[in-house]
Amino acid sequence: MFSYCQDPSVLSGLTWLSCYLTTNVHFSFYWSFVTVLTLLAITAPLALLFGFGGAVARRSSFAPLRWFGTIYTNMIRGVPEILFFLFVPIALDQALEYIRYKTLCEDSSAPVYQGNDFIVCDAAKLPLSSADAWVHSTYNFSLAVVAFAVVSGAFAANVIDGALKAVPKSQLETASAYGMSDKQVFWRVHVPQMWGYALAGLSNLWMILIKSTPLLFLLGIEDVVYWAGYLGGAKTSFFDYPHPDWRIWYFGALLIFYLLMTWGSEKILNRLSRRFARGQATLGGTTQGAPA
Amino acid sequence: MKTLITATLFAALIATTAFASDVVRMGTEGAYPPYNFVNDQGEIDGFEREVGDKICELAELNCEWVKNDWDSIIPNLVSGNYDTIIAGMSITAERDEVIDFSQEYFPPDPSAYVALKGASDDVIKGVVAAQTGTIQAAHAAESGATVVEFKTPDETIAAVRAGEADAVLADDAFLAKFVSESGGELVFVGEKVQIGGGVGIGVRESDTELKGKINAAIDTMKSDGSLNAMLEKWFPDKPEARY
Repeated sequence: MFSYCQDPSVLSGLTWLSCYLTTNVHFSFYWSFVTVLTLLAITAPLALLFGFGGAVARRSSFAPLRWFGTIYTNMIRGVPEILFFLFVPIALDQALEYIRYKTLCEDSSAPVYQGNDFIVCDAAKLPLSSADAWVHSTYNFSLAVVAFAVVSGAFAANVIDGALKAVPKSQLETASAYGMSDKQVFWRVHVPQMWGYALAGLSNLWMILIKSTPLLFLLGIEDVVYWAGYLGGAKTSFFDYPHPDWRIWYFGALLIFYLLMTWGSEKILNRLSRRFARGQATLGGTTQGAPA
Repeated sequence: MKTLITATLFAALIATTAFASDVVRMGTEGAYPPYNFVNDQGEIDGFEREVGDKICELAELNCEWVKNDWDSIIPNLVSGNYDTIIAGMSITAERDEVIDFSQEYFPPDPSAYVALKGASDDVIKGVVAAQTGTIQAAHAAESGATVVEFKTPDETIAAVRAGEADAVLADDAFLAKFVSESGGELVFVGEKVQIGGGVGIGVRESDTELKGKINAAIDTMKSDGSLNAMLEKWFPDKPEARY
């Protein structure tokens, strides 16, 4: 990156370090932090949506929807996360390719599983083999987002369901007494009041979500853990910047990154919980009638 | 008019399929110097990068390089995430049951044990580090040693340095540079063992056409000396590994 980095073998000390830390491969490492933050930024709202949907489904008066909600939350909560992270992307990918195989291939009579191979015609490949590398990584990333959202969503559904139950009945009855329809009671009173109760559980989930991002590595996405492990490993003179095993420094940096993330989140969540707790006797800590 | 549109659409469809089928995705581990590694520019580099690029040039294939972890490299080939494995993979009967191999482009290389300076030859019966899913891991287990497996090659060597394992068993060509540049800290111990066959390119069993093209290209490279030139460049200390 810097002009003096032309010949790394003659460098030493800080100049060596400044060149070393600005190689292209290090920028891939720095970029992977953005990947993790993007994953969180997309997954969190999506999981909340899944959670809200799951909770509403569980409370539905329509039986099949209620069953669906219950099965969704119980099944995912009962299976180790890591299994789901391994299962969802593979299953989703093969299901999508199978659908495309049946609709896009000229001859789709042969079975997709032939011996060990999963074979679809080139046109059904997702993404197409000819697609750019970024399409492939975005696709893998999207599968990961879905896996994360489905899993966190099931937990969020439980939290939101509990929070909906925690809203005092009298508030809802009062709303009905004012002449609100069931729908109005739900959206104008029940849901807004629910957040205060849900926040403690949801903030826990957010922390767990942050800390589970290294699982991306399992899904073949080159996240911070992959790069820290690779760059930190001992490098021989096949590389421009040979060095001994430096994994402790790289993993140390990750440790600080994750601590900063959770520390910052905690500050924001505390503020949010005070906001939602205004005028209510909830976990936010203020007493009824005495706004903070 | 309608026929014209249909004909154009059809032509376009065929054109895209023809184009798509020309792209061959080359799967590699990117962590096994000098066979394959990610260099400081962030690109896949090494002996196999050169071999692969040359094969693609000779076979007139449009190749793209893909990185994949070693332990899922075969499953992801058969499920179609990429079309070849070119990752220092020795041809073995067990792997041949699941995938197919091209002819070898690297002759059978003995595996070697490396331990800390001053270790006796008995360490090869002690705790031996090897990468998961390699022929070395299988061999160490059969030899009666206690095997500790690691996901990446780097970690196997780090385990010996940290005293977590008494020795590491890996390809001789991979270990050579770590030993010569360790300043005497790491040494070869015990006898070298011939475990697997040569190194070939893995393809799906159903991909016979691709396999044929790759084999033809490797034939050309063996006869015109270009493969030997690459071996000379990346494995100068291994004069026996030539065709």
